Amino acid sequence: MTSESVIREPLITGGKTLHDVSEDICSRVEEKPSKSWLLAMAVSLGALAIGAYCVLMLLWEGIGIWGLNKTVGWAWDITNFVWWVGIGHAGTLISAILLLFRQRWRMSINRAAEAMTIFAVICAAMFPGLHMGRLWLGFFWALPLPNTYGSLWVNFNSPLLWDVFAISTYFSVSLVFWYIGLIPDFATIRDRAKNTVSKMIYGGLSFGWNGAAKAWSRYETVALVLAGLATPLVLSVHTIVSMDFATSVIPGWHTTIFPPYFVAGAIFSGFAMVLTLLLVTRKVYKLEDYITIQHIEMMNIIIIITGSIVGIAYITELFIAWYSGVEAEQYAFLNRVSGPYWWAYASMMTCNVISPQLFWFKKIRTNLAATFILSIVVNIGMWFERFVIIVTSLHRDYLPSSWSMFYPTIYDVGVYLFSFGFFFTAFFLFAKYFPVINMAEVKSIVKATSEKISK
Amino acid sequence: MKESKKYWKGLEELKGSAEFKEYAKKEFPEHLPINDGDGEPSRRDFLKMMGFGVAAVSLAACEAPVRKAIPYVSKPTSVDPSIPNYYASTYVNGSDVASVVVKTREGRPIKVEGNALSSLTGGGTSPQIEASVLSLYDKQRVTGPISAGQETTWNDLDEKVKAALSSGGKIYLVSNSVSSPSTQKAIDQLITKYPGVTQVSYDQYSVEGSLSANDKSLGKRALPSYDFSKAKTIVSFGADFLGSWGDKVLNNRQFAATRKLGDNKKEMSRLYTFESILSLTGANADYRTPIKPSQEGLYVVNLYNLIAEKAGSARLNAGSVSDNATLIKAANDLWNSREAGLVVSGSNDENVQLIVNAINGLLGAFGTTIDINNHQNIRKGNDGEFISFVNDLKNGSASGVIFYNCNPVYDHPLGSDIKAGLSNVKFTLTTSDRIDETADAVQHIAPDHHYLESWNDFEPAKGKFSLSQPTISNIFNTRQAQDSFLTWAEDETPYLDFIKANWEMDLYSMAGGSFYNFDAFWDKCLHDGVFELPSETYNNQDIDISGIYDAASAISSNYSDNGSDLELVLYLNNSVAEGIQANNPWLQEMPDPITKACWDNYLTVSPKQADEWGMSFDELSTTMKTQMANLTVGGSTFSLPVIPQPGQKYGTVGLALGYGRTKAGKVADRVGINAYPFTQQSNGARSYSVIGVSVEPASGSYKIAQMQTHHTHMGRETVIQETTLEAYKKDSQSGRNFPKIHTSEGIKKPYAISLWKGHEYSNHHWGLIVDLNSCTGCGTCTISCQTENNIPVVGKQEVINRRDMAWMRIDRYYSSDAGENDLSGMERAAENPEVTFQPMMCQQCNNAPCETVCPVAATTHSTEGLNQMAYNRCIGTRYCANNCPYKVRRFNWFKYHDNTQFGNNLSMNNDLGKMVLNPDVTVRSRGVMEKCSFCVQRIQAGKLEAKKDGRRPEDGEIISACAASCPSEALVFGDMKDPESRISKMLKLKVKDKGVEANEDRAYHVLEEIRVMPNVWYLTKVRNKDAEEANA
Repeated sequence: MTSESVIREPLITGGKTLHDVSEDICSRVEEKPSKSWLLAMAVSLGALAIGAYCVLMLLWEGIGIWGLNKTVGWAWDITNFVWWVGIGHAGTLISAILLLFRQRWRMSINRAAEAMTIFAVICAAMFPGLHMGRLWLGFFWALPLPNTYGSLWVNFNSPLLWDVFAISTYFSVSLVFWYIGLIPDFATIRDRAKNTVSKMIYGGLSFGWNGAAKAWSRYETVALVLAGLATPLVLSVHTIVSMDFATSVIPGWHTTIFPPYFVAGAIFSGFAMVLTLLLVTRKVYKLEDYITIQHIEMMNIIIIITGSIVGIAYITELFIAWYSGVEAEQYAFLNRVSGPYWWAYASMMTCNVISPQLFWFKKIRTNLAATFILSIVVNIGMWFERFVIIVTSLHRDYLPSSWSMFYPTIYDVGVYLFSFGFFFTAFFLFAKYFPVINMAEVKSIVKATSEKISK
Repeated sequence: MKESKKYWKGLEELKGSAEFKEYAKKEFPEHLPINDGDGEPSRRDFLKMMGFGVAAVSLAACEAPVRKAIPYVSKPTSVDPSIPNYYASTYVNGSDVASVVVKTREGRPIKVEGNALSSLTGGGTSPQIEASVLSLYDKQRVTGPISAGQETTWNDLDEKVKAALSSGGKIYLVSNSVSSPSTQKAIDQLITKYPGVTQVSYDQYSVEGSLSANDKSLGKRALPSYDFSKAKTIVSFGADFLGSWGDKVLNNRQFAATRKLGDNKKEMSRLYTFESILSLTGANADYRTPIKPSQEGLYVVNLYNLIAEKAGSARLNAGSVSDNATLIKAANDLWNSREAGLVVSGSNDENVQLIVNAINGLLGAFGTTIDINNHQNIRKGNDGEFISFVNDLKNGSASGVIFYNCNPVYDHPLGSDIKAGLSNVKFTLTTSDRIDETADAVQHIAPDHHYLESWNDFEPAKGKFSLSQPTISNIFNTRQAQDSFLTWAEDETPYLDFIKANWEMDLYSMAGGSFYNFDAFWDKCLHDGVFELPSETYNNQDIDISGIYDAASAISSNYSDNGSDLELVLYLNNSVAEGIQANNPWLQEMPDPITKACWDNYLTVSPKQADEWGMSFDELSTTMKTQMANLTVGGSTFSLPVIPQPGQKYGTVGLALGYGRTKAGKVADRVGINAYPFTQQSNGARSYSVIGVSVEPASGSYKIAQMQTHHTHMGRETVIQETTLEAYKKDSQSGRNFPKIHTSEGIKKPYAISLWKGHEYSNHHWGLIVDLNSCTGCGTCTISCQTENNIPVVGKQEVINRRDMAWMRIDRYYSSDAGENDLSGMERAAENPEVTFQPMMCQQCNNAPCETVCPVAATTHSTEGLNQMAYNRCIGTRYCANNCPYKVRRFNWFKYHDNTQFGNNLSMNNDLGKMVLNPDVTVRSRGVMEKCSFCVQRIQAGKLEAKKDGRRPEDGEIISACAASCPSEALVFGDMKDPESRISKMLKLKVKDKGVEANEDRAYHVLEEIRVMPNVWYLTKVRNKDAEEANA
């Protein structure tokens, strides 16, 4: 008896050859900016400019121009922070964990996903900075730098300090990982470059890559080592972010379920963001053969899984609140569900728990339009999740005398817009001047998976 | 020239006296205030000073020079930089007077505190007293004499005044009640010199009804002194004696004394109130019955009849009241208490007051709880005389008016008549400190000193004298009004000498000959601030009750039990009060103790009525958006915001006086509307309730600034623990809540398990007790805290944005009728709720959640149990505030000082206002967190003082500003390490190796279950209710 394993669907379609890969990816970098790209850049820069005005006003006038108050000391600022950090998770997960698990389908998407991670982490890091009353002191006082204040040192008990370490470590590892992956591709662009300026720039960026076997060997070793380093970070960063809340005494924050729940939520939102971005890039750059329906389906499956984990976490929270017998805790959750912010809770539940379940239908999870819409819905839901955790826990905590509401101002929106402006400006620059798909890696699977070659 | 010339620097050197030679050897000829009492400075001190000098010089080189710091050319002997001086003085505002001690720093008064030597305050203060120091530095004060709108000189003005006074005619001198004997004499001099001068006085809140009733039945036109501390049963008919009625500081102190409980005192007074609005007094009542003003008289007569029945006296004819269950209960309690009973009424109806006197007479209360011989002097305005003055103004028969520190155009109901009449008068003058509503309508302004710049004496109650002395030389070119009077009367005696002469003549002889001479007596009085004669003995006297039959029949016809008209109740709140100090932003931003609203007056309406009118308040507790209503009074319609007020009698609406100033200054102008003109003249006196007004919901939305928008405690027993007296007597732990924690080793007390090692306190361990039972919720502590700790005023919009900066607040909770599991029902207050006040400030937790979360360790734990805030280190993440379960941390959202956007923050936005700042407390910059520090500057000052003397601080020497000001002594501050301290004894503290354990059964920590282990202890609230009647 012999049995043959099922022939896998090819990961790259359209019968691409190695040359086609270089051509498809590099020509985007080499050609003149398209009108649509310029328009998109203009919109992003516009958002960035409006946002920058709001940031300047924030620094000039003070945190008071936001809608925060004596009871609700964090709202959009930390919501946005956690949201962006969460989004960042997909990149590392795709590049590190899937690399370790030898998931080759990741090769077409990891570059863009990692870029998204870098930019999202930068966006995330903006908020803990900007939300400080005295940013000009905070950005170095929060670091354990030797100083002339004698024994004055940072407080290692504070989860906010752990955040500083977690985010900065995550950012640097992600950046190195991403950049090392870029080196062979930069070399390819350098080799193809026709004008001197490009040659010089990409030559510099490629660090003198020569494509020698030894270089490739080192490249792969470093990738594996970095993947090993980055993998725990995928879990640790959001765990630590969740500890900002979990280690506090505020009902609704003080919850041991937070670390796994936050990590799942982060991957959930990260994949959704990757989908949103890639579906657009794929269309604009005509990369349908590289990013296939199969890729999209895989990512949608991850979204179902993580969305369901998040859903279970929500229900567990409610159960534990009831089961704990703690009055304040019970009220905090009852208030989430039925209090003045019920609509935020309802949005969160609908977007995060119910909507991803639509992906159980193959038709939906392989439908581009549906995927695109749902990927945005998931990110809206994940924003609301953080808003619900932060604002509805704070606004009615222990002493009813201090209960209050939070109303955002134009500047809350403006600073959020600033992060979007930055993110998209950076992403569009990346998409134009950097190879959006890891050519070197993709080439390694073209042979095995491209139908033209295998035939 | 063989002889060498000798140059000399001064005559002293030339003479070469021994004294000079000794001085010349010293580097610092004058005495340095270092090491007082500790002998000569040591070498160590020299090195310290040297070190400091070097550091200071090098620091000065880094920093820009201090602006506008002008050194003394010759240092006054009594002023040492950084050492405060305290002067006893007397606060006066309108008709109110209180003995105070003024703290000055470098010659600036910065804080007003109570004078514990005064038997009329016992060291307590009120919000108005605490805030008055800021009024001194009000830029809106006039800077010198003004004549016909032009600045002038005092000489010119005096000439004009003298000419006007000499020209004869009827000249009125109008004032609030004058309780200063010397001022009265100065006025008398003026009257003697110019016989055409007639003196009339009025009070913003008239007590004419009581005065004339007392005249009839007690033979004295005065308010008696009350002694609430002797009362076992108190019945109040609309008299808000804790918030506005009579000597409220003393009332608070005495009433609170009856509410203290302990092992040796298990009895407390019982307070019944019958009132229309929910007043501060009503909020403290054990039994409160909402009634309409039109029912009040009948309730009083019915109470009389119930008592008379027991006493065997004749009944009065009057209609009955349908809801008399509580009244019968009150009558029984009163009769059981007899002479320890007390009935008071806030009514200005003479008939009602006559019956009240008769009830007190039946009880035998005169002589115990009421004393007419040692009567009060603070309110004695005569409404009748005042009306004839207004008539004379109107018909042009007055040829001159002098307003002495009063503003009747604003705060008298006939203000508009007065204003109109003033234009007919040849000579008009005011001594007002600002161009207020009255000053705006007169020709001359002869501005008086602020009381902190003046000499004066007072006799607020008979035989209880209080002296006023200047604590700063006059800031502006003002002149003491009494000096003006004397000058105009051609008496060249300075007023100080005038007072001294009076005291020598009138009081020295009464001092009992224990003084060497008058100067010794004077110095002693000036030092103490008070001179009090022993109260005259007073036994229960027969009172003249002949008038009560007529009174009862008048009441029968004037009052009814079932009036259907809507009634308006005008009241004084405990912040802006009469509105004299309305331009004081501390008072404007102080929330009303009941409604918790500030920066406005508004209609209070019973929720049931508001429902009927179709008003909705869905957004009041969220965006603070409320409904507007049109109030029609006497033909005019005013648009006002509405607050639904639990406890308000259905069929009545309430409105606070004191708002709607138009010429008080930029803080007060156009805040609210002026309700004084709404009062009506009835039965020969002003009535502060108006029957037959109409209210209609109006369109438009309006935001009311409320500092608390959630009004019930949601049944959270770890926050509010309360019981009834009956239950307390059986079990002193009754009402306590003991949370338990499930652990893997079974159920444990929260304090039995911990993640932390705890702190060791080797020297001091500061703590505070808050007795929920004796706290009346008056809010004095909040203003005291604001003054002491340089807390900014943020203005109405920022209060709406929920960014008040109060370090200390008073949480006010209503009871709810809803069942234990009906959480949304619990959000609604009961129709006539029980009220609990809970002062809330930083709890100085031993396991402070704020300390662990600060990334830069800006908030840390001190070795004395304080949770301290290093502003300079704070980077403003607000994590600490989020993680504070008590929500007592306040963030500097903006720069509140030197910022025109916060122009109402007078104490930090101009050079004059800044003089009020406490130099010991940093003015916080933008972006940092702040909170209650337990007045660490006071702790440090007290410790230093003790250290200089080589001893430990004594209990009571170091006391936080809130506790120092509390008129009801509900706050007790002290060192928990000192076994002899009051706090240790009250809490029955057992000092353990880490922290303390309280064995007092009533003492609890708010939110014990989260084990933050505060250093603030609360004592349970005990209501004197029969157990079965208490609300759950």
